[in-house]
Amino acid sequence: METLNLFISSIFIDNMVFAFFFGMCSYIAVSKSVKTALGLGLAVTFVQTMTVPLNYLLNKYVLAPGALVEGVDLSFLSFIVFIAVIAAFVQLVEMVVEKFSPTLYSQLGIFLPLIAVNCAIMGGSLFMQQMVGAGEINNFGQSVVYGLGSGIGWWLAIVMMAAIRERITYSHIPAALKGPGIAFIITGLMGIAFMIFSGIQL
Amino acid sequence: MSSKSLKYLTGPLSGNNPVIVQILGICSALAVTVQLKPAIVMGLSVMAVTAFSNLVMSLLRNGVPARIRIIVQLVVIAALVILVDQVLKAFVYDVSKQLSVYVGLIITNCIVMGRVEAFALGNKPWASFLDGIGNGLGYALILVIIAFFRELLGSGCLLGFRLIPESWYINEGGFYSNCGIMLFPPMALILVGCIIWAHRSFNKDLQEK
Repeated sequence: METLNLFISSIFIDNMVFAFFFGMCSYIAVSKSVKTALGLGLAVTFVQTMTVPLNYLLNKYVLAPGALVEGVDLSFLSFIVFIAVIAAFVQLVEMVVEKFSPTLYSQLGIFLPLIAVNCAIMGGSLFMQQMVGAGEINNFGQSVVYGLGSGIGWWLAIVMMAAIRERITYSHIPAALKGPGIAFIITGLMGIAFMIFSGIQL
Repeated sequence: MSSKSLKYLTGPLSGNNPVIVQILGICSALAVTVQLKPAIVMGLSVMAVTAFSNLVMSLLRNGVPARIRIIVQLVVIAALVILVDQVLKAFVYDVSKQLSVYVGLIITNCIVMGRVEAFALGNKPWASFLDGIGNGLGYALILVIIAFFRELLGSGCLLGFRLIPESWYINEGGFYSNCGIMLFPPMALILVGCIIWAHRSFNKDLQEK
């Protein structure tokens, strides 16, 4: 039940985009068509589901105080370790996908390098570390669930945004507001809509 | 200071602003702007990281092979961010707690990486350093504008000092109440949208067709 709650809350309540603004740069830049948004969302969800548990293991067995050597706190190294894991993993995925599935590679190809510097991925790992500290994530399974949930939340947000932006292509928007301006305001309104989920407890 | 170096500093303030024109580094720009103080601290931290990562990468630019430059950049930036994080924890602990994960997210802030890629790899160290300072200032400027409105309208204070007298509030018998929604994340997005709107109304060449 606790795990299901974590899953639901990481998608809707603590949504990466609407509650924490993670991954906004690519969210604004790539949300012009639904098809590309789906591709990027899929790639982000996959990388997120893999890197959060990987970083969970590293955090538990290497970085946490006294985990590696008794009395040594390596947690100040977590930024550099997490980003190294993410960058290496993205590189690895890129090579594997290129070798085994050229069609998927041609669809995802341009997005994969973008993901290494997507704040949603790094932010997911950092939040996971915080939630471990706060006792909200207690085991490996829950870290997988959190990674998957937060990835899906981001995916949902970017696809919804892309769908709305496709619809408003021909609307009469003030010239100065076209492009990023209206995108921000729409995201804000969607965020207000998502606030209705904030009371849900399973 | 020559006019060229001055341009590196002032260009990113308005016409080439990293946040509202290049749309980079939004993630952290919005989350830390509930109050003015964390916004200023965050702006200064990003400025320091951008300036020094530009400087270091510019010094290394002829020695790093192009194939592995991304990972080298990440290591340099991550090391600088760890330094900033430790300094914040040592000197302004309460703000560092408020900023929480967003200090770590300076690593993936697109401004830092973007300036290194676009500028530092092709320019001399001093120019790169100034460019980093300029872009950091442009980022800090937007943060301060957003935080100013959110703190003033959302809690009636600025930098923790009360500007709207207690006696004005409804529960004290007055007529005023805070605009509570300003403290929620969505309002930061709407404020950025409005800033972009205002900025592009004055700079017509930036408007999209």
